[in-house]
Amino acid sequence: MIRVQHEDFDIGAEIARLTQGRRDIGAIVTFTGTVRDQSGAVDQMSIEHYPGMTESELARIEAEACARWKLQASLIVHRYGTLAPGDNIVLVVTASEHRDAAFDAARFLMDYLKSSAPFWKRESGKGGNHWVEASASDDAATASWNKKHAAE
Amino acid sequence: MTRLLYFAWVKEKVGKSAEEVVLPSDVATVAELIAWLKTRGPEFANAFEREDVIRAAIDRSHVRHDARIGAAREIAFFPPVTGG
Repeated sequence: MIRVQHEDFDIGAEIARLTQGRRDIGAIVTFTGTVRDQSGAVDQMSIEHYPGMTESELARIEAEACARWKLQASLIVHRYGTLAPGDNIVLVVTASEHRDAAFDAARFLMDYLKSSAPFWKRESGKGGNHWVEASASDDAATASWNKKHAAE
Repeated sequence: MTRLLYFAWVKEKVGKSAEEVVLPSDVATVAELIAWLKTRGPEFANAFEREDVIRAAIDRSHVRHDARIGAAREIAFFPPVTGG
């Protein structure tokens, strides 16, 4: 499942909803990304996205994870709009029979999301107002999954 | 008509988020579309100045600059993504 929303999310409630009535899940991994104020210069983070493409990219990434690992359930929630340091940005939940699939799939989902889901962050505060630069290490993380895939 | 969309700093530099355009008949690829856009005014020349960093999507799928436009209905231009 994927969701793109402005509203905050509650990790416990999301896990409960995802796993309700399920008896086949033995491992649940969650990743939460939050707004960071590295240098005391960020008051706000605005996240813009491409409605329509965002949903289709997240669904594509989730389908790719489900093709690579045996997942019993998965969820991606990503927020947009104006947020503050400490606020939640993104939630990934993966559930599987054993922990390896859930751990690996959660990391894969985040790496792919960072390099292909159409979101853009803008920071504003004492340090001025600027679009966050993409990180080369994010692309490298995705490339390493592609390499693993090619080797398999 | 083709719908063009701009996001993040591409949108700010171009000064609009969307427009409907009739593409010249000799524009067949994304790279050719960028070259044409750059002739439409200083705001476009500025937005697409570092065209190698600009990412593109055709009908909501990522494409490279050598992709053919074909019967695309919606073409989007944006900086490298920074979600997560």
